[in-house]
Amino acid sequence: MRRFLNWVIGLAVLIGTLGRRRRRREPEEERIVPPGSASPRAEAVVILLLLTAAACAIAFIVVYAMDGLTDQTQLLGLTLGLSLGSLAAALIVFARRLIVTEEIAEEYPEPAHPDDQDALVEVVRESGDRLTRKRLLGTAAGAAGGALGLALLTPVASLGPALETGTFYRTPWVPGRRLVDDKGRPLSADDIEISDFYTAYPEGADPDQVPAPVVVVRLAPSQLELPPERSRWAPEGILAYSKICTHAGCAISLYRSPLFDPVQPGPALVCPCHYSTFNPASGGAVVFGPAGRPLPQLPLTIDPRRELRAGGNFSGPVGPSWWGVRKGKPT
Amino acid sequence: MRTRHLLALAIGFGLFAGGVAYAQPPSGIVRPTDERGMSPLELGAQLFAGNCASCHGSDGAGVISPAQAGAGDVQGRGPPLRGVGAQAADFYLRTGYMPLDNAHEQPTRRRVQLTAPERRALVAYVASLAPGPGIPRPHPERGSVPEGMGLFTEHCAGCHQVVARGGVVSGARVPPLTKSSAVEIAEAVRIGPYVMPTFTKRAISDDELDSIIAYVQSVRRPPSAGGWGIGYVGPVPEGMVAWLIAGVALVIACAMIGTRLRG
Repeated sequence: MRRFLNWVIGLAVLIGTLGRRRRRREPEEERIVPPGSASPRAEAVVILLLLTAAACAIAFIVVYAMDGLTDQTQLLGLTLGLSLGSLAAALIVFARRLIVTEEIAEEYPEPAHPDDQDALVEVVRESGDRLTRKRLLGTAAGAAGGALGLALLTPVASLGPALETGTFYRTPWVPGRRLVDDKGRPLSADDIEISDFYTAYPEGADPDQVPAPVVVVRLAPSQLELPPERSRWAPEGILAYSKICTHAGCAISLYRSPLFDPVQPGPALVCPCHYSTFNPASGGAVVFGPAGRPLPQLPLTIDPRRELRAGGNFSGPVGPSWWGVRKGKPT
Repeated sequence: MRTRHLLALAIGFGLFAGGVAYAQPPSGIVRPTDERGMSPLELGAQLFAGNCASCHGSDGAGVISPAQAGAGDVQGRGPPLRGVGAQAADFYLRTGYMPLDNAHEQPTRRRVQLTAPERRALVAYVASLAPGPGIPRPHPERGSVPEGMGLFTEHCAGCHQVVARGGVVSGARVPPLTKSSAVEIAEAVRIGPYVMPTFTKRAISDDELDSIIAYVQSVRRPPSAGGWGIGYVGPVPEGMVAWLIAGVALVIACAMIGTRLRG
């Protein structure tokens, strides 16, 4: 309330000052600023804008006080924005219409001491007279600069172990390890139906490490076009691939699974980040998008209790890759 | 002079509209003449023969490779419907996905052309072809929105976007769920329309499905305490507003305030 009163008082003072008639200057008094004509219309506009700013500011306070208003945040922003905008507009009109302005260009002054420049050049030249082994000094300086530059470039090696690629093949997937869901329940081959989309993890291993999560889908065995050496990797058409996209490491969370193949796009595993699209029927080949290499496939087996187990390690290194990193063979 | 231009424009537009109408494939529903006197199953069979059989085959056997053009020159190709049950038939007819003008098109939500009794009759007929799942009865009021959010994020948001505004998957559009009813969501999760995967009761139990539906219904109008949602599709439209509207406005304001220095 007190704030509101202050606003009213301030406003009254403002109007009083602007509305008061100008004091007449004595005609013989010498002026610096050339006289300009009065502009009552511009003054009225400024006063109107300032009053609008005040009204919007008061509206802000009112909206703030009204708790539980729908779109309160939006209205707060609107009132404050209009208030500041009106204030800015008032200042612009004030500056352009009511203040006398003139534009004066000034030439650069002539240098006061024209000989100083030559003297400075001479001082610099003569200051180097004490050096006797200029070439050695230059070489040492070059060595310092070069070594420092090299030191700054060294961390590039951290972008990926280009020399030691064996770590990419160290995964928790060893032959015989069971596939479990996020609650630790083993996945049965009978649970996986065509068009289902499951995420599975290695039993007893940290599910957060990069090579842990795999997607499990099932295709009709007649649809499969796996390379000959992987012919036994998909028992009954059940396939497992790394869930980590080979482009930027996002999780493959989109599965395109057509109800009716003849007229619909074929099955695909799709990464939501940049739409890299992999064909699960042909061993995870890239069919679209920026990924540079196929999705690593995990060989599967079905044990006598119909539970899914890993048949070995992935077909390639898991995780994002760039500049040929992760393309190397295990060392 | 002006009127003549307007007239030419109107004629041109009329010709264009006529051309568009002519180019479109025949649509609409073929109805038996005496609907009232038929039993629901009989009516369903008649409607199926007239509107569905050219793609789904007589008695829902499916048309895998088309032998010749069917009714209305439709190059029919469609999956068999034996065993899909009332669940799938109800979903496709309730959303207007079917009948589809062109079998190669992605079905989208459209105005339902069948009357309610016709739809029920057709669903009953498809369900009678072979035993299949019935229409689900979800109870979103029993679900938990926080649990639904977790499940939706895990299973659905990859394609449908986190507040169900839809998007794309390579090769297909993903519909928004803002107009989907509880029953439609429950049906779609189980049948996986078009290229959507299916989710069995092992992957998403009926209780979890209730929570997912409760979440989808709760985000029809998401809370937007920090500002207007601008379509609720993430930072891209917000950036567009900031750069294209606010940025341009700022540049114009600067140009209006400033004075170009002469000389």
